[in-house]
Amino acid sequence: MAVTSAAAQPPRSTLSRILTFVSESHNALGFGFMLPAAALLLVFLTYPLGLGVWLGFTDARIGRPGIFIGIENYEYLWDDAVFWLSVFNTLLYTISASILKFALGLWLALILNQNLPFKSFFRAIVLLPWVVPTVLSAIAFWWIYDSQFSILSWALMEMGLIDHRINFLGDPENARASVIAANVWRGIPFVAITLLAGLQTIPQSLYEAATLDGASRWQLFRYVTLPLLTPIIAITMTFSVLFTFTDFQLIYVLTRGGPVNATHLMATLSFQRGISGGQLGEGAAIAVAMIPFLLAAILFSYFGLQRRKWQQGGGD
Amino acid sequence: MTAIETSKRPELDEGGMGYLQSVPRRVVTVYLPLLIFVIVLLFPFYWMTITAVKPNLEMTDYANFNPFWVVHPTLEHIRYLLFETSYPGWLLNTIIISTAATFLSLLAAVFAAYAIERLRFSGARQVGLAVFLAYLVPPSILFIPLSVMVFNLGLYDTPFALILTYPTFLIPFCTWLLMGYFRSIPFELEECALIDGASRWQILTKIVLPLSVPGLISAGIFAFTLSWNEFIYALTFIQSSENKTVPVGVLTELVRSDVYEWGALMAGALIGSLPVVVLYSFFVEHYVSSMTGAVKE
Repeated sequence: MAVTSAAAQPPRSTLSRILTFVSESHNALGFGFMLPAAALLLVFLTYPLGLGVWLGFTDARIGRPGIFIGIENYEYLWDDAVFWLSVFNTLLYTISASILKFALGLWLALILNQNLPFKSFFRAIVLLPWVVPTVLSAIAFWWIYDSQFSILSWALMEMGLIDHRINFLGDPENARASVIAANVWRGIPFVAITLLAGLQTIPQSLYEAATLDGASRWQLFRYVTLPLLTPIIAITMTFSVLFTFTDFQLIYVLTRGGPVNATHLMATLSFQRGISGGQLGEGAAIAVAMIPFLLAAILFSYFGLQRRKWQQGGGD
Repeated sequence: MTAIETSKRPELDEGGMGYLQSVPRRVVTVYLPLLIFVIVLLFPFYWMTITAVKPNLEMTDYANFNPFWVVHPTLEHIRYLLFETSYPGWLLNTIIISTAATFLSLLAAVFAAYAIERLRFSGARQVGLAVFLAYLVPPSILFIPLSVMVFNLGLYDTPFALILTYPTFLIPFCTWLLMGYFRSIPFELEECALIDGASRWQILTKIVLPLSVPGLISAGIFAFTLSWNEFIYALTFIQSSENKTVPVGVLTELVRSDVYEWGALMAGALIGSLPVVVLYSFFVEHYVSSMTGAVKE
């Protein structure tokens, strides 16, 4: 504040001359304006990122700074069946949940893009699962998936579709399906609303022209909607994949990785070993092992954005 | 000619090409799937609410009471939650932490976004890209090193541990959102002000910020919601019951060994969701448009 208000007065002393220089030089001013954000991010984001990589090479425990042990943590994890199971689970969880979220989200977006009565009301309530804290909605799912009093089991039994209660979270296969279903439930709104935004930027005239040319409804979707929506699909799904891959809350609430590690994701395993088990070094190594996957997703996003620029004639 | 045609038949224009579909077809392709989506997306909230007001007897006796309804609604669970647990304290903690983190992040993000978008210092593009990449760094890979830092800084088990770490995901997000907003403000306004002798500070406070109030509101709501929902840092950095936030407190303190207080749990989840839902319902149009704005960007 003092820096810039001084600029209004004619420069007299050396000090005010410096202040004038600072307020008129874009670089100096830019540096000053960036300082609060940059300081917070460097201290609490960039530094911990490096510290995490370093911890992965040490045998640090809670309350005891570790010493450098090279790639011992990674060697240990390489032979650890539970670690590989968690990698498999994470990939399964991410891929199946993302495909379902994309398909259902796109479907919902196409429905909401129709001329509906109470359009904004529907848009508002559809977003609810995304707004509510994940942990709290996961607790509701926990109760829905209860082994004894599950409302789903009860309803299916009343309808005569099954003859015994489903053990949603106690059986490995069921538990995987259940956590994926809960994740999809929470993820659909984000995908649907962002894709809806993309759909609304497609000019009606394109559909009219294609209809005049005799295009069927499927052709309209395949050759008009989908190509124009591709860039936004790329961004939305990259975000969705990133957040699903690093998911922690839902698993921690519903299963804590069980039964017999069948739903352990890399993030929950990292927490279990690093914080609950106190092996900070090993936990950090598991977290670092997630980085290559994340980089792959980010590169995918980058090329998605490139394609978008090309489609818009290099502008924007 | 075409202009006259469309103005004569606004009802067709409004519906796009919807008139090409027959009514039964629309029911099957639009209304029925929409109904199923809405039911599935809202059911957990309904179930949460109905369980929160259900007496324990009805909750476990499906033979005599239809579980989808409640015969004798009770406020017992909510009374228990508010007067016999630390829940009000968790609510207060969450409000304080979320507000402080939001305020801190918005302040830093406004300056950063303005600098990147309008000051165009050398390297602004690269800094903008770095901010975007910072948003992609997930808390799941930062919580272990951050817990070491928090401990060494003596912040462990204090609200400051969360107030200072939440900006790591709030600042990139808010900066990104505000950059899009600032871009929509015409350069000419700033040039006029510069010619009239305004300083950069005056331009920011008297021209750019008043024009970007909607953007500030949506960034603020997003930031508040994100900090309200945060879980992994709050779980890792907070130890004592009285310092916990709502999501962590409900999960770790209300679940006792093998007796699940489902009524109190659901009441806790419901009351913990209400503030963000209310906040969001007031500003839903901001929310949707800025979300789409952020993504279009």
